[in-house]
Amino acid sequence: MFITTTIVQTALEVGLIYSLVTLSLYLSFTILNVCDLSTDGCYTLGCAVAAMITIAGHPILALLAAMAAGIASGFLTAFLQTRLGIESILAGIIVNTGLYTINLVVMGLSSNVSIFGVDTVFTLWKGISSNPVWESWSKLILLAIIVAIACLAMYFFLNTKLGLSIRATGDNPAMVKSSSINTAFTITVGLCAANACTGLAGGLIAQYNKTCDINLGTGMVTIALASLVIGESIMGRKGSIIKGIIGVLVGALLYRFIVAIALRLNVPTEFFKLVSAVIVAVAIAAPRLKEYAKLKQAMRGED
Amino acid sequence: MLQLTNIHKTFNQGTINEKKALDGVNLDLKDGDFATIVGSNGAGKSTLFNAIAGGFYVEKGSILLDGEDITYRRDHQRARAIGYLFQDPMKGTAPNMTIEENLAIAYLRASTGNKNYFSRISRKDKEMFRERLALLDMDLENRMKNPVGLLSGGQRQALTLLMATIVTPKLLLLDEHTAALDPATAEKVIKLTKDIIEERNITCLMITHNMHQALELGNRTLMMDSGRIVFDVSGQERENMTVDDLLVKFKQGAGEDLDNDRILLSM
Repeated sequence: MFITTTIVQTALEVGLIYSLVTLSLYLSFTILNVCDLSTDGCYTLGCAVAAMITIAGHPILALLAAMAAGIASGFLTAFLQTRLGIESILAGIIVNTGLYTINLVVMGLSSNVSIFGVDTVFTLWKGISSNPVWESWSKLILLAIIVAIACLAMYFFLNTKLGLSIRATGDNPAMVKSSSINTAFTITVGLCAANACTGLAGGLIAQYNKTCDINLGTGMVTIALASLVIGESIMGRKGSIIKGIIGVLVGALLYRFIVAIALRLNVPTEFFKLVSAVIVAVAIAAPRLKEYAKLKQAMRGED
Repeated sequence: MLQLTNIHKTFNQGTINEKKALDGVNLDLKDGDFATIVGSNGAGKSTLFNAIAGGFYVEKGSILLDGEDITYRRDHQRARAIGYLFQDPMKGTAPNMTIEENLAIAYLRASTGNKNYFSRISRKDKEMFRERLALLDMDLENRMKNPVGLLSGGQRQALTLLMATIVTPKLLLLDEHTAALDPATAEKVIKLTKDIIEERNITCLMITHNMHQALELGNRTLMMDSGRIVFDVSGQERENMTVDDLLVKFKQGAGEDLDNDRILLSM
């Protein structure tokens, strides 16, 4: 069979983990209109922190610590940007570069760490029942629950008064200034929340793969952006929050399915970075390309 | 309510483009005063508003609002007490958020005392928003779930006005807020402005290039030139003043270079 249950299952599982990174970029890139390029490093940071704490025997604490590490990283990016006046893209790149060293230090100056012989949240969860169906699907169920909680929390958060202020900050900075909203504060909260998701995703992937590699996060921001634009092109850009979050899930899962199918066709994994890059470039350029096409048409019509 | 004492602001200090935008402005605005401001382009009217709202800090002088020294207060803190409308209707609202959400953001000012960041728009809030929207008479109360980007410029400006006054501000700054609207809509928004200000006795400063408006609206008229208030009229003297008188003053104030088409046209 071309597509087996295992392939679908793995694609769903990894897709769900990636959807947390996509959710993070949804908040920073779509909602807050900030291009946060620290995602790569932050994802690895979450992974490294969670791996070390899992090895020490605290799998649940490991995920919380991964989120906390993400929040710290997001805070730093926001601090550089809002308090020290560093351009947002540059702030992300600076933090990303610095995180490489931090991640190495977290991993005990080794570029690769393996988790074995200790419990992860997945093994703990799996241990609830010894039913074989449960055993094969437990991972997916756990990830679905975690992602569902994250999405609901995001939805709820974006409709609180603080969430509304964050949305307005990204939507119309001119208006926000005259509405008693402190943009330094809203950007900081937004980036902290976004990077908490990225950190959590890193933590989950550590326990899912039972390994952490220093180069794990490379290109993650492009992959997440690709997922985001795939979701947006299906659900519509700048729609309601509900649509946006559904788009995040659809985009991330669809992306993983595309990858899974390509892997079945023996496309080397190294090619995916290029594919993601092309998807992002084309999708973000699409409105402009359409404009050009229209203009061309109009010009021809004039003749 | 508002006391400006000798405030100064120079742009591009020390360069060849140095410009004294505010050159010792003094102003004492009483509670409930509604003053109109006229002056040619570059006279410092918008800079004055920016100084009051906290877009920058003044180099010299002090700004007191309701007895409180706000000279070095940050802009978002001042915004709790100051409503600010710009000429551009796009500047005052978030286009991708609904009417309801925009109003909720404006209403945040009321709830800054108790830091309830995680509270949501309550049914009571929505009811209040609906009532206020109905006052605009633009059928917006039935479109509360629509994104603001779908509204016309006039509707957006009316909504911005509502947002700026949904929590009664201590001071309302109107920077030619109807200049970008068509005459009929502009008139409607001016009427709304007048009604809201009168009804709630809001202290207000309004920049206008329309000489009729400058004398008709409010109880005081100021004229600015070269970063200074050169003319300040109220009471009986203002009552007796005609647009022609004001223009004479204007020419005196602005010297020979009265080249502002809009002022001439609005005669």
